[in-house]
Amino acid sequence: MQAQGRVHKYGDNVDTDVIIPARYLNTSSHAELAAHCMEDIDAGFVRNVKPGEIMVAGKNFGCGSSREHAPIAIKASGISCVIASTFARIFYRNALNIGLAILECDEASEDIKNGDEVKVDFDTGVITNLTTGKTYQAQPFPPFIQNIITSGGLMSSIKDRL
Amino acid sequence: MGMTMTQKILAAHAGLDSVTAGQLIEAKLDLVLGNDITSPVAINELEKAGVNKIFDRERIALVMDHFTPNKDIKAAEQVKKVRTFARKYDVLNYFDVGQMGIEHALLPEQGLVGPGDCVIGADSHTCTYGALGAFSTGVGSTDMAAGMATGKTWFKVPSAIKFVLTGKPQGWVTGKDVILHIIGMIGVDGARYKSMEFTGDGVKHLSMDSRLCIANMAIEAGAKNGIFPVDEVTEEYCKGRFQRTPVVYTADEDAEYDETYTIDLSALRPTVAFPHLPENTRTVDEIGEKKVKIDQSVIGSCTNGRLEDLRAAAAILKGRKVAKDVRCIIFPGTQTIYLQAMKEGLLEIFIEAGAVVSTPTCGPCLGGHMGILAENEKAVSTTNRNFIGRMGHITSEIYLASPAVAAASAVTGYITDPDAL
Repeated sequence: MQAQGRVHKYGDNVDTDVIIPARYLNTSSHAELAAHCMEDIDAGFVRNVKPGEIMVAGKNFGCGSSREHAPIAIKASGISCVIASTFARIFYRNALNIGLAILECDEASEDIKNGDEVKVDFDTGVITNLTTGKTYQAQPFPPFIQNIITSGGLMSSIKDRL
Repeated sequence: MGMTMTQKILAAHAGLDSVTAGQLIEAKLDLVLGNDITSPVAINELEKAGVNKIFDRERIALVMDHFTPNKDIKAAEQVKKVRTFARKYDVLNYFDVGQMGIEHALLPEQGLVGPGDCVIGADSHTCTYGALGAFSTGVGSTDMAAGMATGKTWFKVPSAIKFVLTGKPQGWVTGKDVILHIIGMIGVDGARYKSMEFTGDGVKHLSMDSRLCIANMAIEAGAKNGIFPVDEVTEEYCKGRFQRTPVVYTADEDAEYDETYTIDLSALRPTVAFPHLPENTRTVDEIGEKKVKIDQSVIGSCTNGRLEDLRAAAAILKGRKVAKDVRCIIFPGTQTIYLQAMKEGLLEIFIEAGAVVSTPTCGPCLGGHMGILAENEKAVSTTNRNFIGRMGHITSEIYLASPAVAAASAVTGYITDPDAL
């Protein structure tokens, strides 16, 4: 399993209120949520993002509310993977549960710049910055987590087993 | 090696003699909670997986509190979806307009959570019930769905930070000042993935309402849960209220903690978190001469919408008026609190002061409805988050404070030490 794309870079403590503001939580439609993803800190994100691109951020990404709408909005916007120094715990769990790939890597989070082209290999945990040629090692996903992501989320992966 | 209080509750619910930090366990759940924002997503997930049963109709709580009374058609459709689900499965604890309150004020009040419980809720402030000596934590909608179907969930056993509270809070200092002080000290990810265990002689000086406020904001330090020991205050609160038998767990003497902080409650001062993170704290003394002018004062929420909070606000607003250019919005946490506030004459004090009193709702706290901020407006608020755009326009600013500070600020029009009135 791999991802490759241009990077959208953010700072520390990106909270779920800016990922998807509560004023849009009167729907659970993935497309409607994606249409407002990141708009309070990056009004151009939705217009600029292309399928498969990658989000990179600092520490404590996804802090705040437990809204699963946050990883849903990111995934539905086309983002294939989020790399951060650390993730807030509820967001971490939610992202895997809905099948959004996320990786923790301090160095990659610090080095990678907005607009860089980055490749991620989920089997090995290797992150390659194709713009600079530098590589980083993150903890790879065990197979059962990869299965959740490729199935499209926890419930879908369970359904396959039923 | 000894276990923390949290680890003991988790071990018991996993059917294990002991657990250690980092261990993955599957635990039985005493209650699974959802609201009108998160439950529809969970119901979608259940339908997607073809699940057509719930584990226990008495151990699921669905509280319609965020965008209710329904703020628009979409919100009404979401509540309708949950209502239909609750009827189909005969969910006992479904709370709609008329019975509902803000979930984390309502569940303890109704005796649905208590000492020794293991609870998950699809709302980040589910950690509130740690005030009662329960393990409770926020999850997303998918975990809620799996919890509703099976009555179980998996956890990574957390390590813990110990907060030894000593002394007695002075003057207007309450639970809100204690937790803001702590978040200011350790940061918004200072307890990420960990338990915050509160202990020490100072605990006995904290009312249940103050403890609920402190545990409520554990998530604002990134914690998995916040928890208090069970004492006379807990027992008194649970008497005639908690529907099951309380189980009291205590941390082992030799339990291991990542860090220990000692906090002298008598030295704390009314504390305010400046935009845009709860860790940006200053005491009212540190704010000094530089006045922060406010447009709105919000008193209520799952953090500070309880009777102690309303009484503090009323003590300040009695015989005074809200400043001309300030909107003061007060929203009690539950119908029972609302009724009691009415009986005590608090609502009359609020209305005579020029404040409005709202039905219980999460509305203004998350910028949903009932008090949205316009461009460049500033609010002092007793809620829990001051993130960018949380209560309205992205240029608006939120200053988190206690009900006493919010009420005093409503009177003067700028952020004010209640003692300075």
